[in-house]
Amino acid sequence: MSDSDPVADAGFDEWLAAAAEGDAYYLECANGHGSLPPRRVCPDCGSTDIAEADLSETGEIRTVTVTHVPTPAFEDDAPYATAVVDFGPVRLTGQVIGIDVADVETGLTVALEITTSETTGERVIGLRPV
Amino acid sequence: MSDVRVAGTGLTSFGNSPERTSRDLFAEATITAFEESGVPRDDVEAVLYGNFMGELSEHQGHQGPLMAEAAGVQAPATRYESACASSGTAVREAVKRIRTGENDVILVGGAERMTNLGTAGATEALAIAADDLWEVRAGVTFPGAYALMAQAYFDAYGGEHEDLAHIAVKNHENALSNEKAQYQRAIEVSDVLEAPPVSEPLGLYDACPISDGASALVLTSEAYAEDHDLEAPVAITGTGQGGDRMALHDREHLARSPAAREAGAEAYADAGVDAGDVDFAEVHDCFTIAEVLALEALDLEPIGEGISAARDGRTTADGEMPINLSGGLKAKGHPVGATGASQIAEVTELLAGHHPNSDHVADATTAVAHNAGGTVASATVHVLEVDR
Ligand SMILES: [Zn+2]
Repeated sequence: MSDSDPVADAGFDEWLAAAAEGDAYYLECANGHGSLPPRRVCPDCGSTDIAEADLSETGEIRTVTVTHVPTPAFEDDAPYATAVVDFGPVRLTGQVIGIDVADVETGLTVALEITTSETTGERVIGLRPV
Repeated sequence: MSDVRVAGTGLTSFGNSPERTSRDLFAEATITAFEESGVPRDDVEAVLYGNFMGELSEHQGHQGPLMAEAAGVQAPATRYESACASSGTAVREAVKRIRTGENDVILVGGAERMTNLGTAGATEALAIAADDLWEVRAGVTFPGAYALMAQAYFDAYGGEHEDLAHIAVKNHENALSNEKAQYQRAIEVSDVLEAPPVSEPLGLYDACPISDGASALVLTSEAYAEDHDLEAPVAITGTGQGGDRMALHDREHLARSPAAREAGAEAYADAGVDAGDVDFAEVHDCFTIAEVLALEALDLEPIGEGISAARDGRTTADGEMPINLSGGLKAKGHPVGATGASQIAEVTELLAGHHPNSDHVADATTAVAHNAGGTVASATVHVLEVDR
């Protein structure tokens, strides 16, 4: 490996790859708490008995903002809508795509769809209204 | 439990000084604090220092000993990093050490150099207070995270941008007499509403500025203050800290700050007071909505009602509960690592009658300082009381 090779974030990059294939999951502990990888211990109860479980195909927007002043990594993407979406056992934060940002609002039902940053070409958690 | 005396306070001007190093900023703040305290540097037993983004803005880690050296103090030094709550956390540690008798005199404070990064660079640096994998890579910025909370608040309890605008107007008004403030300039509600959006519903005037600056406090034990006849009428009588999940999406309620509630309850109990005893407060208004969430977490306003506090005049300088008489982060400025200790400095001066805004709280005995990190995954609250 050379110094310039990108190094993966184990756990997170596998999750993005699975989500891109339509196989998104979350982690469920023995007591039914949901969380996101990489994770060895349930943040709610300390259980180390954690297994992957299928993530619901759709979720509901709990709150949203349209960002006009981004970090450099999203310079060419702004303005974009960022939302917190409830998928039941877990919530995800992602960018709402396929809709005018002005029309995004709390309560909207969205499906997970991995997209890419227009600025960097990196994968980004996308959320498409259904 | 014995109280901790605030023997001296020092602040630099907050604002734009991109060329000044944080060691220079901190040195200036400590000179003022030592002069005011009458405590010799030789008596300092520890330096506790808050800083958030020194690696990014100055390529400088290991800042504890660097800052002790800048202050002319030979004592063990430690840097505390809890995002925007860095120096609040340092103050709390100092209070605990003095109370246990481990130390009698501590120099505590913080500094941040930010404007040399430019707006985009500072935005990027501030974002590291969020979860890099699950928030920042989805495009969450620091203003964006508070905008998500603001929208969640509006959805849950009502309120509108104009309510928030009154908070910005109030805090700018309070800063007019504060010579150290970044903005000594009155603004109007229309300025806030017409400002360019940053992350909707928040605009440019809902956000604290990017600031350079430093703060320093000389804290001593009650016994040391008595033995040395220090003029130190203000004491830190309560301390509390709360924590929460890192990512905003993991907060059970997206418009509440349980970490601040926990910190407040602990600090009140520690001081033997309750919210009804509080005469005024400095709270962490990094964004206008943050002041609302802070008031509610500290039980200074009922849940869902803090939004109208500024607009209805309850928290203005002449209101029943003046909030951010210094100008707050909004107008005074927010050099991140300096903020928590700077709030303690402002409260001390206000209680001691040395602050340009002291007349508004002439009979006050009890006040609170609330410092928050990230989307309030970290929070510290301190109660201060003055001998009357
Ligand atoms: Zn669990």
